[in-house]
Amino acid sequence: MSGAPSPKTTPLFHEHVKLGAKMVEFGGWHMPVQYSGIIDEHHAVRNAVGVFDISHMGQFVVRGPKAKEWLNLLLTNNVERLEVGASQYTFLLNENGGVIDDLIVYRCADEEYLLVVNAAKTEEDFAWMQARLESGAEFENRSTDFAGLAVQGPKSVKLYDTFFGGRHSRPTRNEIKRIECDLTTLLISSTGYTGEDGFELFFPARDAAKVWNVILEKGAEFGIKPCGLGARDTLRLEMCYPLNGSDLSPNHTPLEAGLSIFVDLQKERFVGRDTLVKQRAEGVKRRLVPFRMKDKSPPPRPHYPLFKDDKQIAEIASGTLSPTLNIGIGMAYVPTEFARINEEIDVDIRGRRFPAVIEKKPLHRKS
Amino acid sequence: MNVPDDLQYTETHEWLRMEGETATVGITDHAQAELTDIVYVELPKVGDLVAPRQAVAVVESVKAASDIYSPIGGTIVEVNAALESNPALVNTDPYGEGWLFRLRIEAGEQVELLKEPAQYREQISGSGKYEV
Repeated sequence: MSGAPSPKTTPLFHEHVKLGAKMVEFGGWHMPVQYSGIIDEHHAVRNAVGVFDISHMGQFVVRGPKAKEWLNLLLTNNVERLEVGASQYTFLLNENGGVIDDLIVYRCADEEYLLVVNAAKTEEDFAWMQARLESGAEFENRSTDFAGLAVQGPKSVKLYDTFFGGRHSRPTRNEIKRIECDLTTLLISSTGYTGEDGFELFFPARDAAKVWNVILEKGAEFGIKPCGLGARDTLRLEMCYPLNGSDLSPNHTPLEAGLSIFVDLQKERFVGRDTLVKQRAEGVKRRLVPFRMKDKSPPPRPHYPLFKDDKQIAEIASGTLSPTLNIGIGMAYVPTEFARINEEIDVDIRGRRFPAVIEKKPLHRKS
Repeated sequence: MNVPDDLQYTETHEWLRMEGETATVGITDHAQAELTDIVYVELPKVGDLVAPRQAVAVVESVKAASDIYSPIGGTIVEVNAALESNPALVNTDPYGEGWLFRLRIEAGEQVELLKEPAQYREQISGSGKYEV
């Protein structure tokens, strides 16, 4: 164990170990990959409610009279359109239009923004932004100050009311609320990464175990399960939500990822804009598309080759067994000519070909 | 973790049950617990001739695909077809209904490299609590 820094722990590390979680390293963090089992946790979120530790995610605070203008120069979506108390999904791009990170920006006050970024990218994002900081904006990395929980699933609605004793209404879509309760001070939003109703909470790290345990206690009557990164991945992939590092990378733009609705090309300037304008005029060469296996097969996994007839056309970006559909699913950047719904392709798994079909997003729809 | 006394084991977490010239192979309780929910099992073909420690099967969880090595050389005479529709048998009954394949072994085939139950228990007792 020489050289490599040891993984960081979230303030809930001991709670995870107490619950018998399997811990893995993810993005420089010790994180629970599962407790009762990925499939069990996945179904808990689809049918009841689950809670995830998302304290590893990074939080930056941006303040000042020029905060909005500065963020608008670095982010693809339009911060001008963000009301106080609202949030927006957006990208941080490099000069070539490739994705450094995908993140959510919340406007907490007139001149104050909270950015929630991917754990593995926190330091890189911060350095990139810091290097481009402009006067009139203050920029702080507050990642270690915050713990975060994602409570997700159809029963999260009732759990919300039980948790707050009916004293607070749920945040609407894209809304962020600040709530003072007996336990702590919470920032709460209705965001998530599962496709289910749910809410995400951020609060001071010192209160983490207390809030986690109250959520589990109050969630017991709704069948709550603690959920790990394994279920988080299968849930998000069924919804075709991208994972940075797999589906998003500096080699692909948000247009290639099919996420242009989070890019405002009407803005006159932002980092990476030139490439995107050119791409939009010329058309993208590859597109990220979801696919599903036609029959039972080994689970498709990242980097497995994809074929059209005898020609390799791509490799899988994300792939897994879908616990809801009980069949292999995935996403890949395929040449635009094949990026069509119902296009038939093959996945090469250990030298054998298994048929798959390109589908539309999302792969799972609520019944 | 359950480590039955009547089986032999490998360092790579397979078990072997000898009955005359036939050996039945599966993965251990420890292995299934570490691998978590088994969702797919790829088995060798009946008639395949396999060498000791050759990768002959693949057991897949949601997160990973793991090679399974034959503890001994021989000819595959039977595979557990029930795993095709119910791979979770490997989790629920790793030493019984979750067996993987059977080999006919040649007379004099070496088995002394395998571990006795006590040695295997010793091996897995040292494995880290947070390992996957």
